[in-house]
Amino acid sequence: MQFALLVFESPVAFAARNSDESDAYLGAWRAYHKALLEAGVLVGGNPLQAPETATTVRIKDGKRNVQDGPFADTKEQLGGFTILELPSLDAALDWAARCPAASSGAVEVRPVSVEYLRKVTG
Amino acid sequence: MTGSGQESTHRTIERVARESYGRLVAYLSSHTRDVASAEDALSNALIAALTAWPQSGVPQNPEAWLLTSARHSLIDHIRHQRVAETSEPTVLLLREEPKMMTLSADFPDERLKLLFVCAHPAIDPAMHTPLMLQSVLGLDAMRIAHAFLVSPTTMGQRLVRAKTKIRDAGIQFEVPQERELPQRLDAVLEAIYAAFGIGWDDMAGVDQRGRNLAEEAIWLARVLLELMPGEAEVHGLLALMLYCEARRSARRGPDGRYIPLLEQNHGLWSRPLIEEAEQQLAQAASRGRAGRFQLEAAIQSVHAERARTGRTEWSAIAMFYEQLAFISPTLGTHTGHAAAVGKANGPEAGLAVLDRIHRDDVSTYQPYWAVRAHLLQLQGKTSEAADAFDRAIGLAEDEAVRQFLLQRRG
Repeated sequence: MQFALLVFESPVAFAARNSDESDAYLGAWRAYHKALLEAGVLVGGNPLQAPETATTVRIKDGKRNVQDGPFADTKEQLGGFTILELPSLDAALDWAARCPAASSGAVEVRPVSVEYLRKVTG
Repeated sequence: MTGSGQESTHRTIERVARESYGRLVAYLSSHTRDVASAEDALSNALIAALTAWPQSGVPQNPEAWLLTSARHSLIDHIRHQRVAETSEPTVLLLREEPKMMTLSADFPDERLKLLFVCAHPAIDPAMHTPLMLQSVLGLDAMRIAHAFLVSPTTMGQRLVRAKTKIRDAGIQFEVPQERELPQRLDAVLEAIYAAFGIGWDDMAGVDQRGRNLAEEAIWLARVLLELMPGEAEVHGLLALMLYCEARRSARRGPDGRYIPLLEQNHGLWSRPLIEEAEQQLAQAASRGRAGRFQLEAAIQSVHAERARTGRTEWSAIAMFYEQLAFISPTLGTHTGHAAAVGKANGPEAGLAVLDRIHRDDVSTYQPYWAVRAHLLQLQGKTSEAADAFDRAIGLAEDEAVRQFLLQRRG
């Protein structure tokens, strides 16, 4: 079954993205990505640009309400997501624990909802 | 009562709860096989103690007080259930009641039976350790869930399911027969060691949960030893955990940096814990029956020797690993063997041992890649080593270990 790892990162982690190739956080991510590939569990995913680039849209009273900034005002912000094909939640938690962001931020694990997808896509 | 008096009463209750929890749950559940109800009854008794003791003072025999109170609560519970088949165990329980009212300190210690129940083959092996931590040591589901990386609700549900199975599947509260004993004892030892392993892997000193779980595991092994003093492997397990525990404060630099075993300052190792480990290992050896935990402890004792001799006898470690591979051919054993052979006979020999392991088995096994990276680096195969380092870094959970490996990778 598929699990999404939602990666929440600290401001420091976002800042580290601008460092050069030798940065330890970047190195940890490179190694993590490689480990996912070699284990044959990676389905997809992508990093997102920093929360400052976010724009949030709501429709209120039929009008567009466009807000500069991310949906939630929290210290850790969504920095990317990874979809993994794994046999169990336990395996997903193992991979979440290995994620470099888990040490400084947080990684939320959610099963992909196949049932809901079926309802939506018909 | 004064505030400080109240505080000391609370501390007494905490202490009694810690020391007596397993004894009381084991005794209360041994007739009914209903661990969950026994635990509920004991929590009621502890709550009652929190109200009664600060007023009336701590009773002469706090454990007996708790048992009597828990028993009443349990009997009430069974009466209220009004289930038809409450027949036999209930009657047994009730018949014993008058005797219980004048309870003395000595009631039979049924913890050994409870340990065997927790690690019964009919129970999911993944639940052996959580069950022991809860029913013998009284840890709450929240803390156990934390250590096992699952949500408290999930852990709570799994524990309830396991206890229902114990109650309904006819699992007997008994010490296994001689014929079954070695295998059944193995399961108990495994479960205790698993608790220690969780405490061990979780090195990040930030939260203390890991450390505490290692201490709980040592406590469990001591309980088991008290109940089965003649078993060599119980001594072996305790020795193994004490050796590792002795090195705990040397595993991190003041800045939280990870320090591998060979670079640890052995002046920081705990002398008393090592001495106790030595004694336990000697006791085990005197029983004349080798086993997995004794061999693992023997490996640690060679490492401990460095504090005396200033060097590590790698050929001895390699030999113990070789024996261990016969009894317990796990990934951990093979990887440890390869590392020791690499130290004793050079990186080629170490890699040859590693290459005997099937690659499919190690795609997520971090230590394999760390050892492989190290051996390749010694051989001067920089790019292959870098690949292996990446795998080891990518599979590491601990930030300090990750940093250590990143630095080594260069």
